[in-house]
Amino acid sequence: MMGEWLRRVKRFLKREKWDEERTREIEAYLEIESDENVARGMDPDEAHYAALRKLGNATLIREEIYHMNSLGFLQTLWQDLRFGARLLRLNAGFAIAAILSLALGIGANTAIFQLLDAVTLRTLPVTHAEQLAEVYIDQPHGRTGNFSSRYSELTNPMWEQIRDHQEGFSTIAAWSPTRFNISPKGQVRPVAGIFASGAFFQVAEVEPLLGRFFSPADDQPGCGTPGAVISYSFWQREYGGDPSALGRIISVESHPVGVIGIAPQGFTGLEVGHGFDVALPVCSEPVIRGEDTQLARRDGWWLAVTGRLKPGWTLAKASAQLRTISPAIFEATLPPRFNADSAKHYLGYKLGAFPGGLGRSDLRRDSSNPLYLLLGLAGLVLLIACANLANLMLARASAREKEMSVRLAIGASRGRLIRQLLAESLLLAGIGAVLGALLARWLGAFVVSMLDVSSNTPFLVNLSLDWRVLGFTAGLAVLTCVLFGLTPAIQATQVAPGAVLKANGRGLTSSRERFGLRRSLVVAQVGLSLVLLFGALLFSRSLRNLMTLDAGFRQDGILVTYLDLRNAKIPKANRYAYKRQIVDQIGATPGVDAVAAVYNVPIGGNSSNDNVLSQNSDTQTMGTTWNNWVTPNFFATLGTPVLQGRDFTEKDNLAAPKVAVVNQAFVQKFLSPGSPLGQTFRLEPDAGKAPPRYLIVGVVKNAKYADMHSEFAPVAYFPIAQDEDQDEYASVVAHSNGPLGALVSAERDALAQMNPAIQIEFKTLPETVRASLTRDRLMATLSGFFGVLATLLATVGLYGVISYMVARRRNEIGIRMALGAGRASILRMVMGEAGLLLAIGLAAGAVLSLMGARAASSLLFGLNARDPLTLALGVAILVIVAAVASYLPAQRAASLDPMQALRDE
Amino acid sequence: MLQGTLDLLILQTLALGPAHGHTIAHVIERRSDDVLQVEHGSLYPALHRLEDRKWISSFWGTSENNRRARYYRLTPAGRKQLVAQTSRWEQLVQAIGRVLKPAAE
Repeated sequence: MMGEWLRRVKRFLKREKWDEERTREIEAYLEIESDENVARGMDPDEAHYAALRKLGNATLIREEIYHMNSLGFLQTLWQDLRFGARLLRLNAGFAIAAILSLALGIGANTAIFQLLDAVTLRTLPVTHAEQLAEVYIDQPHGRTGNFSSRYSELTNPMWEQIRDHQEGFSTIAAWSPTRFNISPKGQVRPVAGIFASGAFFQVAEVEPLLGRFFSPADDQPGCGTPGAVISYSFWQREYGGDPSALGRIISVESHPVGVIGIAPQGFTGLEVGHGFDVALPVCSEPVIRGEDTQLARRDGWWLAVTGRLKPGWTLAKASAQLRTISPAIFEATLPPRFNADSAKHYLGYKLGAFPGGLGRSDLRRDSSNPLYLLLGLAGLVLLIACANLANLMLARASAREKEMSVRLAIGASRGRLIRQLLAESLLLAGIGAVLGALLARWLGAFVVSMLDVSSNTPFLVNLSLDWRVLGFTAGLAVLTCVLFGLTPAIQATQVAPGAVLKANGRGLTSSRERFGLRRSLVVAQVGLSLVLLFGALLFSRSLRNLMTLDAGFRQDGILVTYLDLRNAKIPKANRYAYKRQIVDQIGATPGVDAVAAVYNVPIGGNSSNDNVLSQNSDTQTMGTTWNNWVTPNFFATLGTPVLQGRDFTEKDNLAAPKVAVVNQAFVQKFLSPGSPLGQTFRLEPDAGKAPPRYLIVGVVKNAKYADMHSEFAPVAYFPIAQDEDQDEYASVVAHSNGPLGALVSAERDALAQMNPAIQIEFKTLPETVRASLTRDRLMATLSGFFGVLATLLATVGLYGVISYMVARRRNEIGIRMALGAGRASILRMVMGEAGLLLAIGLAAGAVLSLMGARAASSLLFGLNARDPLTLALGVAILVIVAAVASYLPAQRAASLDPMQALRDE
Repeated sequence: MLQGTLDLLILQTLALGPAHGHTIAHVIERRSDDVLQVEHGSLYPALHRLEDRKWISSFWGTSENNRRARYYRLTPAGRKQLVAQTSRWEQLVQAIGRVLKPAAE
């Protein structure tokens, strides 16, 4: 089959040469035949004519051979495309509208598909990615402790057990993405870091570009900092690709580490969306994190584990083996502070092996549902665009009835005409797809940049085209071409060859059937637009709810300063005083009118919780409360009203009784009726310690804690001064009515003067809150874009159909007016027609919207997915827009001059 | 003439040795005792087709009376084709013969 085509193409390319050859051959024949005729005694002229007669029609022969050398279908396709292109140039307006709507539709779909492809379909760029498996706890509900990475799946003690007892993996490694500060002093200069156990690179089966990778020998407890492996992009960026980078020393969190190896280009770790710049062995973690080390902690969750299955082992088999060793592993790693209940829960965990070829991705975890939903919405937009185009094509088809009729009459086959009309559609779809693909790059980058805000490390999604994306776009082009081109083409050629000619220009073939099709297309458009508009309104109202809700704290004018004091080397006992000093220093900066320190900045990403013990039993808990530690004046700084009692004061120090301020939700959940002031509560203690008891001295208004989406939950605030375990970090919130940019530089100078070893980072609170609403903003923006696009397209569609109807019924309207119908009744008639289409479309759309609403429900805040008000709003918008769209043609119909209309007959 | 039979006749003619178009046309006429009147022109598309299928190959040579002429010769593939087509043709002729023969015996 392939060979046959190749031969045809070869022949096609040589057809001129062949034509010449055969002509010469035929001339040779004529000469020989003439010679023989002369030999038989004819005179030369007669001999030549006799030879010609014997040969037959030489031109026909040449034509036959020439035709044998043609490509048939392909050649006519080329012809059709050229003809189509000429027609489109003549109808530039139509062509531009068509191409633009297709480009938008295809572009939106491709952009979202690209993202989905990158995070949910593409496997990691390592050999035999399908052999990779992730190991984690099957149903990890109710874990407590410290969670300190994007993939806080296992603890280091667990990992060591897994490494030593698993059987299903030929190589297995633990890793933890993190952030390293690589500047020697002062200013924070973060790079994407990763702690990787010894076999990390062996699991990925990559070879070092230069130097060497870690080996299990590098990854021994107490190893210090044996070396760093840097990524290819970091090598290029920092060292310009200089091989002498090997052996250089980089400062990681102020510790000198030598570069021992450079990873090959394209290997960015086992994660999708985030790469690493600098990798250190897991055993270096205590050196880098200092007091915060999680390495030995049995409740420090910070590792992800990935392994490569042994040949012959399946996921199921590896899972089964992990399951059998699970009881022993959890027995051996039980955190000592757990009470009986917690321990029982912990010992019930089961490890499992899960497909790992795609790599881990927080984006897939958090955003694949919204992305699928967006892909669905984009698909609807494309459908509407297709319906619109089909309508335009139908209109053009009726305008070209005469042409089709003539061409059928002089012998064109229907198939040939359909092919030609489809070639035109293909041209439109093709150009639309190419433009759409370009648009998709831009749109995709835009979506990624929106998602990027929420993460600390730059977000790399490989949006390069792969066969899947190309196939998707090409498939869309063909599909749309068939959707909007085929039916109109079939209908256009459904004319009797002579009919139109006979009828002298008056459309005999404007059957109700064809018009019916156009009307149902408009109904479908209106219906689908309502679905999209409804979605858009839901998401923008949800975002609005989130942005306008009373969070319980003020955001405007709040600057958050994150301080890292590790390099300042402050002894534990002096830390609180030092932090107070910093707070005072910031408070003294011109423009600052309120300042306080806090452990967990609202919506800042950090959180901690504790179990509240029941009043009379040490083993019974009443539930969990969120915790925060603050300095006096915190509530005033953030504008959270103290409803009862008092704020903390400087007198609430280590020497004073332990006090707490709680929020309203805490009062409701944990306290007995009556005044909360003076009541006490106890928290579950660390193992072996007595439960601390706290006296409630104040009640504050409910405020959002870690997430804007969550309901108000119980929160207990404690004075930082009463925390015996001061760490080496601080975050300070300051309020100013002036510009925060000026405040940042003033603060930076003041703190640098105080101690240049302090590392500082600034974020404004509005920025932080905004970043936490990324997904909502993305959904609102994109669905809003789709909704507007859909409404626009449907309006154009409705306008087109009503205009067409008016044009078709010119005579009828003229007669009606001649017989005495008033303008108002004509207007009513046309508007009634439009109203009917609109009503059917809206009814269908409303049903579809309510059916589809469930898909959106988990992504909405503060309103029901079947919110009737939102639906009514969508309907109202469409009704208004549609009324305008149909009023124009109706007005035209009503202002017809009856005489004129009838004379045209 | 029956569709496809011309190809068979050309192949058979070339089985005797290389020949140019003029010769092929006359040989077919002569050997059929002038029953098969080929319009000589129709030979050339057939030759073109056979050559394209690699059943025959061609070269320019000099004719008996010193004219340049394009000669054709059977390729091995063409020879195989000739055997197959001949046997198919014989089967067909026999079958038609059996149908046309009165069912006397």
